[in-house]
Amino acid sequence: MSQTLLLERLGILADAAKYDASCASSGTAKRTSKGGKGIGSTEGMGICHAYAPDGRCISLLKILLTNHCIFDCHYCINRKSSNVRRARFTPQEVVDLTLSFYRRNYIEGLFLSSGIVKSSNHTMEQLVEVARILREEHDFRGYIHLKTIPEADPELLAQAGLYADRVSINVELPTDAGLTRLAPDKSARQIEGAMAGLKSEIVEAKDARKRFKSAPRFAPAGQSTQMIVGADAATDSDIVGKASTLYGRFGLRRVYYSAFSPIPDASAVLPLKRPPLIREHRLYQSDWLMRFYGYAPGEVQQAADADGMLPLDIDPKLAWALKFRERFPVDVNRAPREALLRVPGLGVRAVGAILASRRHRTLRLDDVARLTVSIAKLRPFLITADWRPISLTDRADLRTLVVPKRKEQLELFAA
Amino acid sequence: MTASFRDMRIASAFCVALVSPDDFDGWRVNARRLLMADVPPDRVAWSEPGGAGGDLFAGSDKRLPSPPVDAEQPRVPRAFLQLAQSAILHRDAERLALLYRLLWRLQSKPGLMEDAADPDVRRIEELARTVRRDIHKMRAFVRFRVVDEADGGEHYVAWFEPEHHILRANAKFFVNRFTNMAWSILTPAGSLHWDGTSLTEGPPAQRGDAPAGDATEDLWRTYYASIFNPARLKVGAMLKEMPRKYWKNMPEAALIPQLVAGAQAREAAMVDAGSDLFAGEGRPTSLQAIGEEIQACRRCEIGCNGTNAVMGEGPSAALMIVGEQPGDVEEQQGRPFVGPAGRLLRAHLEDAGIDERAAYVTNAVKHFKFVQRGKRRLHQSPTAKEIDICRWWIEGERGIVKPQLVLALGASAARGMLGKTVSVQKERSRAHRLEDGTELWLTTHPSYLLRLQDDARAVEEKRFADDLRSVAGRLAELTA
Repeated sequence: MSQTLLLERLGILADAAKYDASCASSGTAKRTSKGGKGIGSTEGMGICHAYAPDGRCISLLKILLTNHCIFDCHYCINRKSSNVRRARFTPQEVVDLTLSFYRRNYIEGLFLSSGIVKSSNHTMEQLVEVARILREEHDFRGYIHLKTIPEADPELLAQAGLYADRVSINVELPTDAGLTRLAPDKSARQIEGAMAGLKSEIVEAKDARKRFKSAPRFAPAGQSTQMIVGADAATDSDIVGKASTLYGRFGLRRVYYSAFSPIPDASAVLPLKRPPLIREHRLYQSDWLMRFYGYAPGEVQQAADADGMLPLDIDPKLAWALKFRERFPVDVNRAPREALLRVPGLGVRAVGAILASRRHRTLRLDDVARLTVSIAKLRPFLITADWRPISLTDRADLRTLVVPKRKEQLELFAA
Repeated sequence: MTASFRDMRIASAFCVALVSPDDFDGWRVNARRLLMADVPPDRVAWSEPGGAGGDLFAGSDKRLPSPPVDAEQPRVPRAFLQLAQSAILHRDAERLALLYRLLWRLQSKPGLMEDAADPDVRRIEELARTVRRDIHKMRAFVRFRVVDEADGGEHYVAWFEPEHHILRANAKFFVNRFTNMAWSILTPAGSLHWDGTSLTEGPPAQRGDAPAGDATEDLWRTYYASIFNPARLKVGAMLKEMPRKYWKNMPEAALIPQLVAGAQAREAAMVDAGSDLFAGEGRPTSLQAIGEEIQACRRCEIGCNGTNAVMGEGPSAALMIVGEQPGDVEEQQGRPFVGPAGRLLRAHLEDAGIDERAAYVTNAVKHFKFVQRGKRRLHQSPTAKEIDICRWWIEGERGIVKPQLVLALGASAARGMLGKTVSVQKERSRAHRLEDGTELWLTTHPSYLLRLQDDARAVEEKRFADDLRSVAGRLAELTA
């Protein structure tokens, strides 16, 4: 194929892939290309090689093998009935693109997904073939993320895991009813069945490697999934509940939330307006609370308002603190880690620093200020050697005092 | 500090010069020796090549003291060593003294590194963090460009400007990643070269020493522009992680301004295009109703330009003729096809034996789109979107007039009937079917003929006349 054609197809197939939020290249086994015949390495930490003006990290070459699709999911730009331009790559073309981008240090590796052509199995075979050529013929040791197709043979999914660092299947929507309505060709049972299958492969392979050094790795960066937010009626409470179930049942590394965004040639079933991006951000924050701050899913749901939605103007941690004022103020010089982690404005790192420092000195407000970004937000919730918020914690208008004036929309967690 | 006091201090200071700014081993050996000789931090002056302190201390060449034989081994916690190895790469000249001061304080206060609220500890952590970020950003933002070697091999060359002294510290990463590739990284402070087996260091380089481009960058830019979602513009988040200072060495960064500028427009267009401007409205039931409603239609820009809408006219007929939009004369008179193009059309219809009064004549777009040039209003073609919005009206007319054959004149009329853009020259002169089975014929717009000269005009007029004759023939068959 000529270069101009390749350019055009790359444009179409990258455009079609951008609704997948994940571009993570972290959490996999460490590798280098020493002793091999190819290129590529992975560290524990991923690398973002560029950032797009949407604030998102570009770490991987994220493309579809083809955007032809026999499915008709309403929220998807590539659905059968959509009027978009279609294109496809051969597996070899994807391999060549990946390698030439990698050699120039544009990317950490490949995130390959595809519309369903002919059949689920056929499509999955093609995806696996790309990964096979990269790994076996080019000894490529960079990162590979394969989107797997739940309807494909378990055997094909197993092969995908042998080549890929990460595999993922999108649950797509937080509720089964939403899935039935918006993705008529998909089934929640099939998706969850495939995720369970991948989980057991991952667990088995980890176990085998503990006993035999030579046992093959299976998706060392685990599996992840993505949910679309705002395309159906699910509340934040529903979404938090669903996410925690997914983390628990399938041992997922990450659940990504993707605010439904307007797509060209949208289906009439969909809402036209996107949900506020800040909603997606609040969901990531609540995700973080569950994974790193010791909040139970039920506690995060308590932070939501009566309609099941998290407040948009304040973060869920602050919302929770305002509802449970009897838990505050917390004494920075005595309180255990768990209690400190609940203080709005104290992050995991700041809590670590407080715990280490207080062995050497009795912390005053100034000391805490040096360890955190902003002390103003913290004051109503803290006791230090020289500070005690006597009436502040009980004030009825506390919310207005701590709510940030300017709404921030930084996407801190979505990378 | 008075001059004489400073001179005294300098005179009594021990001066330690490092071989290079990132010479951690040199720093460690000397620091150890000073510590064992019990030299306090304020009596040591550190210097490095290229550093500002070099000349100031030129007069002081006091030799480092030899530590006593029974001196205690200094205590160096691992946490300090790890931070120091990063922090020493910072370009801040004060860092060397800071590191020694911390080391000195650690001897009497072994747990000092845990005291994150201590200003010295905070400072070293800050330095180390900045350096780690610089290292990370170099790994992220180096862009290689390929050079074809005489021996047929490829050499990958990058130009990069690190902020701190991180080049050597970062070499291993690139060796491990691009082991089987020949590459060079050129920086203003020095360069690295890897030939597939060994690493060599070279002198400082200039931007011009690296290649100016690489063919693959077009693909990369295409990818960058396409993976960006205009519906989620967050420039602040991008700048936080990819500050402008890096942009000049990244081929994709040149696209950023135009992507940002176009984003809001693109999203608005997507939302608009998806929305039904006629939601909740029933189909008009009479031509008169359409005629009234189009006067008030403000669903696109043309509708808002203050001109009169022009309704179609004619009886409920077997033939419906669709033009593009009213022109200057049509808008003034409020009737379709009364200008020059209309006259030409009428002449041809007569030649073809079509009774113009028995046809329903209308336009795909109801308002006149123009630009003002002095006193003249110059015609402008409607956009696809404007035509598509107006389809509501033309379809309404067709539903009432119920023609058996529609003749669309020109590309705009064709789009108005088909809902998609087709090439009139390719699709003309034969019958098409609309969704409900109505026959559609396409030909050029008569105003196109008016713009042609001489031979070209003669040729096109003949084709136009032929098309009309075919239509007349089909019409006769359909109404027979």
